[in-house]
Amino acid sequence: MDYRIDETTATISISGELDHHSLRETSLEVNRIIDTYLPKTLVLDMAGVRFMDSSGLALVIGGSRKMSELNGRVIVKNVPPQPMKVLNAAGVSRFVTIETTGKVV
Amino acid sequence: MNMKKHDKMKLEIESKSINEGFTRAAVAAFAARLDPSIEELGDIKTAVSEAVTNCIVHAYPDTIGSIQITCRVFEDYIEIKVRDYGRGIADVARAREPMYTTGGADRSGMGFTVMESFMDELRVRSKEGVGTTVTMTKRVKPRK
Ligand SMILES: Nc1ncnc2c1ncn2[C@@H]1O[C@H](COP(=O)(O)OP(=O)(O)O)[C@@H](O)[C@H]1O
Ligand SMILES: [Mg+2]
Repeated sequence: MDYRIDETTATISISGELDHHSLRETSLEVNRIIDTYLPKTLVLDMAGVRFMDSSGLALVIGGSRKMSELNGRVIVKNVPPQPMKVLNAAGVSRFVTIETTGKVV
Repeated sequence: MNMKKHDKMKLEIESKSINEGFTRAAVAAFAARLDPSIEELGDIKTAVSEAVTNCIVHAYPDTIGSIQITCRVFEDYIEIKVRDYGRGIADVARAREPMYTTGGADRSGMGFTVMESFMDELRVRSKEGVGTTVTMTKRVKPRK
């Protein structure tokens, strides 16, 4: 997992298979980055996610909850079709911004 | 649906999270004979992942138990049955509601909702202290 800090934005690139097995490590890392840099905007770049199930939803929802406690926001971007379908099934776009190449959904 | 049965596959695993990815891949490989689209295959893998993860997380919260995955392929659909001998579900209708979870902040409560929307049919049979069986079917459209 790679990340980049630009002023008040933390961009985290998530890759691989996002399931219950991999979630613990990934969410610890995401939380650590938020706590260390206290960003205003957290960008989750999902381009490298080959598979995601509802465990990944808990990561996105948990991240957005944590960011709103800091008066910040979450943007999810570059979501491949399979993870996108899972985000849509859960109606996640109601509480996080999902960006598809330039467009905001 | 054409109900002529073609083949069957049965897999038994222990409730260890490392087996989530393995089971998804195994079921996907078995389903390949129906020539599913990438989207259909993704739907099947996602639903299997949800059902198996539920056994690992909820059926056997602090023990390692057995999980059986049985797949049957018919002319144009697949049936996947995931069975555990764990804790069971007291109120299945409630468990199937979106956002309902007994798993705390780590879980989204959207597993059954995802299974329902990605598959054509979802049946859940459960008895407290005995176990749970989740049966899902999905039609795979024939392609030219
Ligand atoms: N195999 C199972 N054994 C026992 N309880 C289960 C099982 N599957 C699901 N449940 C119960 O149903 C609830 C909802 O499941 P689900 O929709 O997958 O959400 P989540 O896994 O995020 O909690 C679980 O929190 C749990 O209480
Ligand atoms: Mg679940």
